[in-house]
Amino acid sequence: MRLTTASGRRLVAGIPILWLLVLFLIPFIIVFRISFSEVRLAIPPYTPLLTWRHGSPVLQLHWSAYRFLFTDPLYVSSYLYSLKVAAVSTLCCLGLGYPMAYAIARSHAAVRPVLLMLIVLPFWTSFLLRVYAWIGLLKNNGVINNVLMYLGVIHHPLALLQTDFAVYIGIVYSYLPFMILPLYANLEKHDGTLLEAAADLGARPLRAFVRVTLPQSLAGIVAGSLLVFIPAVGEYVIPTLLGRTDQIMIGRVLSDEFFENRDWPVASAVAIVILLLLVVPIMLFQRLERRELEAAK
Amino acid sequence: MKSAIPNVNVMPPAADPDSAYVRIANLTKRFGDFMAVDDVSLDIRRGEIFCLLGGSGSGKTTLLRMLAGFELPSAGTIRIDGADMSAIPPYERPVNMMFQSYALFPHMSVEKNVAFGLEQEGRGREQIRHQVGEILDIVKMGGFGARKPHQLSGGQRQRVALARALVKRPKLLLLDEPLAALDKKLREHTQFELLNIQQRLGVTFIVVTHDQEEAMTLGTRLGVMNHGRIAQIGTPADIYESPATRFVADFIGSVNMFEGRVSDEGSDCLRIDCTELGCTVRAERTVSCTRGAIVWTAIRPEKINISRQPPTAAGQPGPAENAVRGTVREIAYMGDMSIYLVQIDSGRVMRVTLPNVMRGAERPIARQESVWLSWHGSSPVVLTE
Amino acid sequence: MRARGLFTRTALVLGLAFLYLPILSMIVFSFNNSRLVTVWDTAHSPTLKWYVALMSNEQILRAAWLSIRIALIAASAAVVLGTLAGMALTRLGAFRGRMLLAGMTTAPIVMPEVITGLSLLLLFVAMQQLIGWPKGVGAVTITLAHITFCMAYVTVVVQSRLSGFDEALEEAAMDLGARPLRVFLRITLPLILPAIASGWLLAFTLSWDDLVITQFVAGPGSSTLPMVIFSKVRFGVTPDVNALATIMVLIVATGIAVSTAWMRYRQQRRVRDLQLAAAANL
Repeated sequence: MRLTTASGRRLVAGIPILWLLVLFLIPFIIVFRISFSEVRLAIPPYTPLLTWRHGSPVLQLHWSAYRFLFTDPLYVSSYLYSLKVAAVSTLCCLGLGYPMAYAIARSHAAVRPVLLMLIVLPFWTSFLLRVYAWIGLLKNNGVINNVLMYLGVIHHPLALLQTDFAVYIGIVYSYLPFMILPLYANLEKHDGTLLEAAADLGARPLRAFVRVTLPQSLAGIVAGSLLVFIPAVGEYVIPTLLGRTDQIMIGRVLSDEFFENRDWPVASAVAIVILLLLVVPIMLFQRLERRELEAAK
Repeated sequence: MKSAIPNVNVMPPAADPDSAYVRIANLTKRFGDFMAVDDVSLDIRRGEIFCLLGGSGSGKTTLLRMLAGFELPSAGTIRIDGADMSAIPPYERPVNMMFQSYALFPHMSVEKNVAFGLEQEGRGREQIRHQVGEILDIVKMGGFGARKPHQLSGGQRQRVALARALVKRPKLLLLDEPLAALDKKLREHTQFELLNIQQRLGVTFIVVTHDQEEAMTLGTRLGVMNHGRIAQIGTPADIYESPATRFVADFIGSVNMFEGRVSDEGSDCLRIDCTELGCTVRAERTVSCTRGAIVWTAIRPEKINISRQPPTAAGQPGPAENAVRGTVREIAYMGDMSIYLVQIDSGRVMRVTLPNVMRGAERPIARQESVWLSWHGSSPVVLTE
Repeated sequence: MRARGLFTRTALVLGLAFLYLPILSMIVFSFNNSRLVTVWDTAHSPTLKWYVALMSNEQILRAAWLSIRIALIAASAAVVLGTLAGMALTRLGAFRGRMLLAGMTTAPIVMPEVITGLSLLLLFVAMQQLIGWPKGVGAVTITLAHITFCMAYVTVVVQSRLSGFDEALEEAAMDLGARPLRVFLRITLPLILPAIASGWLLAFTLSWDDLVITQFVAGPGSSTLPMVIFSKVRFGVTPDVNALATIMVLIVATGIAVSTAWMRYRQQRRVRDLQLAAAANL
């Protein structure tokens, strides 16, 4: 179809592509390149990307940053810990989000927009402040401990803050809307008569759910889970505010390498390894996204 | 209501009524490996309503979109009133389109929708107002100018879409399934109204439709499309009574078709042996074919007689001609007519329709009755492809 | 059937409580007199003293003003770029670089922020070495970074709106003689305006709220509001942050309430119109 003239087309596609090339793709190439440099005391603090010898550029690759990553157990354990935290949080999100999305999709048409708004509304208020609110709830003399002690359930405050539990709570809390919305979008489209047909053919409700609803909502489950899992792996604010001090997540490692140790090559190598871990989920997410848009057409 | 020559009172008659007003030559459109339109050549006369009829995927919509300029041909040319359209973008073509979805701009009132095309030409405000008012009156939407499209019923929207496309007095109006979105009652009414408006304004129409009834009532001529090609062009009667191919015969209306072999050829008639039918078919000679050639005979269900007695000609000795025996298997009463499914002695089932002329006929033919089917020698159409 | 309805409904109620309890507790304790934040001082509460303290906190006010300016510019630029990208992805058919653009617009949404932040900073450093611009990091680099990740969200919002509406509308406008730019201004733009507006709001919120990427590309003297809050709360709870949170929740809630009322009004008008149209059919 010819909706635009040739020069118009070039402009419409060219401007965003150029912007993203410069500010999204090239930065990754730079990160990739710097991960193969060595740290040095200079500005900027890494060996140059290209050196000139006899008038021609020479590309020198150093593996030291990566070697360092795999010899110091701190990094490997941080990666594994991040993957574990992200996986557990994603499962919790799914466990809580699925029934919520289901309940919204089956609710009366008049209250549905209200419920959806209630899900999205916290997202519009500051993420940082909402995570911060949990400090007040989880502290030793925080609201939860105070209430439990007042009720006599416990006599000594529970250590809730700076635990894995607090990080799970924080991630589930912050990312719940990202799980619910794709699930809702999927479940809302389901044809109610399918469940009736299943019931008519003799399937009990639970069985009908497992055989009919669940398989159909798989795309929503995957989309929601990826939307939670991928950013959670690199999460920085939540573990910093709520998490353990003896075991840090990989996002924090990256930030510390960069800001505290000023070791840019190692920080870059950390980023590249995170990306390698996430490349499959990210591609999967993009494919789902594309299919969703095509279906909308 | 169907009139052969419209444009009587508004447009001056063209110098040569048969000269092509729209000339499509060797037009081809490929989408990757798929040939959507395959080497189509077609002439359309000034002031006619030309219907492109075909199933989904036949290429009719792609052809229409190439005429409008939304798709670029892979090969071939389109000329309108002598001017080559190849390099002309849609917004400069003297062609307007009525979209299947009507595509009324939801954020504009009826008046604004209709005025949109005139505004693009930079006409004066007073003139636009006048022309919009005039065309809205023609489509009987005079009082609805301030309404928004979603405040209109389906039929009203259709008329606004028509007005919007006509207000620029295009040389050619393209209509994409113009009646598909209307319910059955409204469709019939709108059909005649469309013809009426077309005659008043004398604009040349090209209508794309998959609905043969719509095509037959609207079109002065039809082009039947299949697999990107034009299968046949002709008046509705031509196409119905003298289909050129088995595809056309089968696509338009229903038909009983039998394979056979030419056994005898006279100067004006043919004899065909049909083993599937169990009798010899005598037909008018309309195609050239030699003795022994494989052909198909097609007989429309309404051109077959059904009777309890053997037809007089079949009573003669020798193999029966244009008559077979069979048993009635099903009867479908449709009100104005009845459809009989008759299993003939060869085992095939033939479809026969009879008008219900009398109320409560005395002893109607019943299921499982044994009957004779016969037809006149002018009824069968002989097809070679 | 009934058992599952009960189960999912309970989950919904508990989930909503989970979402709102922390916010409620912040609001309540913003009126608490005690410095100990979570211990309610019955004698002197409720009080507005933290609000007063907030209003006289130069650092927070300056950071808030910077954040607002950055968010305004970033959201507006992101809307322009995101709309172009959305148009390119839905209206240009197949073109060279389409896959690249599609990939680059969805990736930033899921990309861990530390990586985006790091890569952008390294870009700015490299650019400064090569072409001498931007001079150091600060408000300019923050804005550039924000435009980039906000644009991705706007693209998704605009794209889904564009692929949801009938392309025949644009074809009809062109058929009636409107050139491509005019088609965009008269038909496409008015119809996707709601999506653009919500894309802008989304971009504004994301920019206003971003901490991690901002930390990487910010310099001395360019602390945004989230950066100031983070440095405060990292070492414990401070009551004036509760007051700040309450004000922000209030603003958002008011905005949403107004827009909901507006939408409900339009919905009712629409229903009336449909009845009118039905009546016209008779």
